[in-house]
Amino acid sequence: MIDIDPSNRNMEPTLFQISREGRTGYALPEQDTPRYDLGESLGPDLYRDSSPPLPSLSEPQIARHFTRLSQLNFCIDTGFYPLGSCTMKYNPKINDQMAADPDFSNLHPLQDEEDTQGALELMHSLQKYLCEYAGMDEFSLCSLAGAQGEFVGLLLIRAYLESLGQSDRNVILVPDSAHGTNPASATLAGFKTVEIPSNKEGRVDVEQLKAALNDQVAGLMMTNPNTIGLFEKDILEIAEAVHGAGGQLYYDGANLNAIAGVARPGDMGFDVVHINLHKTFSTPHGGGGPGGGPVGVKSHLIPFLPKPHVGKKSDDEFYLNLSSKNSIGSVSGFWGNFGILVRAYVYLRHHGLPGIRNNSEMAVLNANFLKALLADEFPTAFQGTCMHEFVLNLKKADTGDQRAMGVAKRLLDYGVHAPTVYFPLVVPEAAMIEPTESETPETLRKFAAIMKQVRRECIEKPNLIEGAPWETPVRKLDEVTAARSPVLVESL
Amino acid sequence: MSIPENLRYTESHEWVREDGGESVIGITDFAQHELTDIVFVDLPEVDSEVEAKKACCVVESTKIAADIYAPVSGKIVAVNEELNDHPEWVNESPYEKGWLVRIAPSDKSELDTLMNAADYQSHLDSE
Repeated sequence: MIDIDPSNRNMEPTLFQISREGRTGYALPEQDTPRYDLGESLGPDLYRDSSPPLPSLSEPQIARHFTRLSQLNFCIDTGFYPLGSCTMKYNPKINDQMAADPDFSNLHPLQDEEDTQGALELMHSLQKYLCEYAGMDEFSLCSLAGAQGEFVGLLLIRAYLESLGQSDRNVILVPDSAHGTNPASATLAGFKTVEIPSNKEGRVDVEQLKAALNDQVAGLMMTNPNTIGLFEKDILEIAEAVHGAGGQLYYDGANLNAIAGVARPGDMGFDVVHINLHKTFSTPHGGGGPGGGPVGVKSHLIPFLPKPHVGKKSDDEFYLNLSSKNSIGSVSGFWGNFGILVRAYVYLRHHGLPGIRNNSEMAVLNANFLKALLADEFPTAFQGTCMHEFVLNLKKADTGDQRAMGVAKRLLDYGVHAPTVYFPLVVPEAAMIEPTESETPETLRKFAAIMKQVRRECIEKPNLIEGAPWETPVRKLDEVTAARSPVLVESL
Repeated sequence: MSIPENLRYTESHEWVREDGGESVIGITDFAQHELTDIVFVDLPEVDSEVEAKKACCVVESTKIAADIYAPVSGKIVAVNEELNDHPEWVNESPYEKGWLVRIAPSDKSELDTLMNAADYQSHLDSE
């Protein structure tokens, strides 16, 4: 049956549904080279006896399919994301232009060093720049994302402790406001995790931390500012206590965006840091990458850094150091996500220290401006000035019977992406807000007005919230059935 | 919000029913309401040892994955395996069909530290 119902105009069928046998989108010329029999070469164990069921389509069908899908998507080039650096934040287009330059994009990782000096110099410079911004002594660019950076950083701590004959230190402390990746990375790296509670200000409880320190503790993982958006002002006392007990201090760089160019984790006493390039140094977000999670260390951890590491032979000669004997080894194919490193390099060169500092200050100013706009109707979880983000406690807001999830879904109808809800776990009905440095006051005022309108709807028209979203290409999904009885295969 | 009189409660919203010297554990009506629709329950191994106030299983909803803390120390003697196919029972019947684990307590005095229904009600009011 031909479907012409206007309400279905956004229901894009899959490529398999529009496939028709025999249709093609290309024509190859007659083969004029000798035919190579792959089946004979691979043998029946490896060579399949029938073609895979690929869809048969014309070229315009494919062009329309993917263009339409891209238009159905919400994206940073069309709308506002209220949890910026964690989900989606604007990246200058010049980064992509530079990374797409054929001199970079056509390089092969196995090319000779003498042919890739430019790329190596870029990586070496980026290592040095990141050292400057983080206050560390050396950086590795190998990790392919922030979570892998955490894993690598923890392996470095473990290798260092083993070199001291202290391999029985097997506990990593994490605050209860930490990202879930922290305990996950620690577990993967072979540590046990112990949770440190927050105090009533929303910061690490220093006395409880001190009580947890002993000769089993390998280190403490911290995010500063923390996930509540508060600066851990006791960090120097914390660093002294952790080091005094023989532990290492790990900096989760997820919130570096609030302090880059202003304060440095290395100066706070951190021994290892990872930086999420997408959050602070403007590389692509979402969709599983590609990502970059460079790891920086103080001098005592340098011998253990992953291979390869870009070194400098002379003023204008760079090389890949593959021979470091105490290295924890290779953690990624070749030398990391090079295209991502180009983008971060371009961003740093483009802005310089004054520009990066200004971005951090604007991120903090924007967050506090928005927090003030919302304050009369949306209490935050903790009091005081925030850094680059803040957490609303929607349990304390007057939203009738409606919850954070309903508010988030209704925002979609107003053309705003939903913020992260129900994280951090220490805040009931949490909604995390981070406008980032790139949004204008007009956008923030509009978002605040939308939030207040949605709150009124929670009281006056609760059905609107419960059924939301109404205006998106796909309406409210049945997440419960999807999780309880997922259908993971489409029959072809 | 239902809070049966015959059960004991923890501050972290688990309930305990004493049954023939063993303790049946679940989560309260309040807890299931806060968690929203539960989609998966990760139950411990039978015969494993649990420690009071330490995580003994994980309950997952579309909103969150939450640790469930053992109200008493002891050995797991049974788990509600039907929840593997019917996680929704924790929402529909938190005090009956939605029970989670059965523990043989190693220290029965721990039971005395738990709250009764009235105390749990005032704990909820104060949260």
